[in-house]
Amino acid sequence: MSETIKHHLTDDLLMAYAAGALPEAFDLMVATHLSLCDHCRARAESFDAVGGCVLQDQDDGAAVSDNSLAATMALIAKGAPTTQPARPKCSVLPTPLQDYVGGDVNAIRWRSIGMGVKQAILPTTREATARLLFIPAGAAVPDHSHNGIELTMVLQGAFSDEVDHFARGDVEIADESLHHTPTADISEDCICLAVTDAPLKFSKLMPRLFQPFLRI
Amino acid sequence: MFTEINTVTLDEPAADRPAVKPWRARKRIRGKPVNGTEDRCETKTEWVSHVRRIRDAQDQAAFAELFQHFAPRIKAFLIKSGSDATLAEECAQEVMATLWHKAHLFDPARATVATWVFTIARNKRIDVLRKQRRPEPEELGWGPEAEPDQDDVIALQQESAQLRDALTALPEAQRELIEKAYFGDLSHREIASETGLPLGTIKSRIRLALDRLRHSMN
Repeated sequence: MSETIKHHLTDDLLMAYAAGALPEAFDLMVATHLSLCDHCRARAESFDAVGGCVLQDQDDGAAVSDNSLAATMALIAKGAPTTQPARPKCSVLPTPLQDYVGGDVNAIRWRSIGMGVKQAILPTTREATARLLFIPAGAAVPDHSHNGIELTMVLQGAFSDEVDHFARGDVEIADESLHHTPTADISEDCICLAVTDAPLKFSKLMPRLFQPFLRI
Repeated sequence: MFTEINTVTLDEPAADRPAVKPWRARKRIRGKPVNGTEDRCETKTEWVSHVRRIRDAQDQAAFAELFQHFAPRIKAFLIKSGSDATLAEECAQEVMATLWHKAHLFDPARATVATWVFTIARNKRIDVLRKQRRPEPEELGWGPEAEPDQDDVIALQQESAQLRDALTALPEAQRELIEKAYFGDLSHREIASETGLPLGTIKSRIRLALDRLRHSMN
């Protein structure tokens, strides 16, 4: 548990996560960040508490049928649904991400997108995209801006851009107004989780030509 | 036993009707009204012991009481979230079955039973209605040998009661917006960052519980 995280999730994202209103890719981002950040986990759980109040206040209820309790006891008697055994804690990927990758960092199926930068798109619903990014130590992701909201969280190493320096657990929230060139620290290769609800657009010609093929 | 509400018919003289609907008002445990608004803290701590009785002794009587209280609320919540009544009832049963199976994971220093049930119902809604996976953060547990401090449990339950009062006191329009969000009627872009929700104290309380939990895990 890192106490050094300084870039956190916003209240609206945490409330939307508690309300179950986010696309799957964003849920994955929030769940991954909360695994590393107790500050945001406490905030998220306080938004859950609001949901608890809303549920509790369904005073009028919707009457359930006479045999509903018996049906539920029968369901219980069938035993708990088999769930995957909890994944072991790994050095790089928190458990929610491991579920999507199928293991820790060694299980990631990278595809090169040029200039040493690699990505792995994770299987989520299409409303938004989640991918892992690998930026070699000292390298830069081409200067780009964003159509929608893009959240980038550092899992390994660190990067800097025009805004600030981001280390493990830090989330950079970018929107249409941010135009940046993230550069990985020289000390270590940088791995990030990035989610966006729109395709990235690159400012330089080459990356923009490649964009349709690369799904970036 | 869950259809008592239907026995209050519309042509019954108003004076004969109890102030509160009978299936709520009659429910009493240890002489304390369980559903009354005047006794919310006790209410929720009672539900905590119900979950413990399920966890420790597979207590079916405790489960039946929880079911009677929560199942109609879960069903109503799911109907307002866009489900039809049949599916909502099926899901309510599955949510309650999950409560039984996961009773050992409930942490009363971080959530009320209502909050915990809400999170299970919400995940069921995402799974069944939106047909989407729900990534959840890494699980944290007290483990068999450690339990949260009773004072922490009571404090959290009290903070939750205060939050509920504060929500009730919000202007109608704002409260409706919050309900809409939790019924899944607002997209994430429609959820404003300035909610005006008084979450400062409960957030600190949960943070404290998380710190203690981390400490007990190490």
